[in-house]
Amino acid sequence: MSRSTLASALALLALTAAALLVGEMRIPPSEIFESEVLWQIRAPRVAAALLVGAALAAAGAAYQGMFRNPLVSPDILGVSAGAAAGAVLAIFFSQHPLAIQLAAFAGGVAAVGLATLVASAARGHDPALALVLSGVVIGSLLGAVVALVTALADPANQLPPITFWLLGGLGAVAPRDLALAAPLVLAGLVPLVLLRWRMNLLALPEDEARALGVPVGALRIAVVAAATLMTAAAVAISGIVGWVGLLVPHAARLLVGPEFSRLLPLAMLLGAAFLLAVDTLCRTAAPIELPPGVLTAIVGTPAFLVLLLRTRRTWN
Amino acid sequence: MILEAKKLGFGYPGRRVGAGLDLELAAGEVLCVLGPNGGGKTTLFRTLLGLLPAQEGELRLGGEPLGSLEQDEIARRLGYVPQDHAPEFAFTVREVALMGRAARIGLFAAPGARDVAAADAALASLGIAALAGRPYTEVSGGERQLVLIARALAQEPVALVLDEPTASLDFGNQVRVLSEIRRLADSGLAVVFSTHHPDEAFHCARHALLLARGAAYAFGTPEEVITAENLKAVYGVEVKVAAMNGTRVCVPDF
Repeated sequence: MSRSTLASALALLALTAAALLVGEMRIPPSEIFESEVLWQIRAPRVAAALLVGAALAAAGAAYQGMFRNPLVSPDILGVSAGAAAGAVLAIFFSQHPLAIQLAAFAGGVAAVGLATLVASAARGHDPALALVLSGVVIGSLLGAVVALVTALADPANQLPPITFWLLGGLGAVAPRDLALAAPLVLAGLVPLVLLRWRMNLLALPEDEARALGVPVGALRIAVVAAATLMTAAAVAISGIVGWVGLLVPHAARLLVGPEFSRLLPLAMLLGAAFLLAVDTLCRTAAPIELPPGVLTAIVGTPAFLVLLLRTRRTWN
Repeated sequence: MILEAKKLGFGYPGRRVGAGLDLELAAGEVLCVLGPNGGGKTTLFRTLLGLLPAQEGELRLGGEPLGSLEQDEIARRLGYVPQDHAPEFAFTVREVALMGRAARIGLFAAPGARDVAAADAALASLGIAALAGRPYTEVSGGERQLVLIARALAQEPVALVLDEPTASLDFGNQVRVLSEIRRLADSGLAVVFSTHHPDEAFHCARHALLLARGAAYAFGTPEEVITAENLKAVYGVEVKVAAMNGTRVCVPDF
């Protein structure tokens, strides 16, 4: 384990303890073990921040390597747009929390599935580029669906939950939601861990990787499936939280380099820490609860612009 | 014979690029492939590497039909050195060389001590062991080309295919890469490389293949293939082929 990874793990532990202890209600040290606020309200939320942050960062790290582009985020293939469309449609028709989560998850998976199908039918193009193009196009169509539903929604009953979902947030996460999302995130993580070294070869031009004996097409589908599962499960409980999946892998790469078996654990630790810190600020920094998407973007935008200005290469 | 083609037809689905190609390459021999852009060099190489199926005729690697070999089996026999390209991510030189071990490592495994030793030995054999820990993005173009050759050697192949290995190099590095090609062939590898400089065939090749519009315009020893008439016919320019110090050189005849 690299020093950065060890240090991040320790920092994450400390941050987790701090996040459990801070909040509107002060918990005296003697009551830590029986405090209902701590274990029933804060702990699920802290766990959700860790889970969602780690999942988004892992998916982002996988995609950036696979698409050979450090500026790619996990929703490049339309998973967030699909999840948003599923969620707002569910809010429009039912508002049942479980229905909203399932619709978001299914929407995200379906959007990427559709993009993958279209890309595999588009022969005669660079497969990775075809995948990104169809993902972006399908994502923008689903963005129009979200806009349409938002326009049609009842401003009193439906628009507020739609707005809150689109802003993202962990305030409403219940232990049951975690029990649904965590196994899906883990299921997506398993292939990435197993393929941890082989992932490096996906960063080569396709012909080169194939000439080295790597089944590029099958590997790419496995990575897309894994990343989509993780991202869709995360977004289903948190709504859309931008930037984590884009910036955190980049920060991790600056610390330990692009080698995926070192990059993956550090990216997950940093992603968990980043989202936990942001979410803790969201619920403690102001009298009202701030949406984490706002804080991640306030931190994320300048960081992204620095990244953009300092990177020499983009698509070729 | 390590590499053998008989009446080979190659190209993309629905688009034939070359046909009727015969060639043979034994261990320790170097084949230099020449020809104008669009003449079919790249398509031929992709076919030799098993990335494109042969469209007709026979293509054998180590005596077995290439089409019957899985891609990872091909990778254990045939090392590929692509044209130098600027990489996106700062893998270290050792990590890049280790990628050559992919076909010798289980799908879910990571490289072990033996693989690291093979990668380091490949780097050392090219005289770049000192670069092992450096980011691949920060070494020079000539060094990157040597790293890619080391990666191909880490595959522990019986043959090497190099796509224009001297194309983007300065003169010193061109000479260095050519002398490595000679040395690798002397160590028993069969080597195929393409180039835009006919002189390179005289420097280090046993055979030369002049490809024009997908067909072998000429195949034989460099002295047989690289003649003023052949170069005029294929490239459309006047060239003199002169003898000098026991080798030959091509000089433009304006």
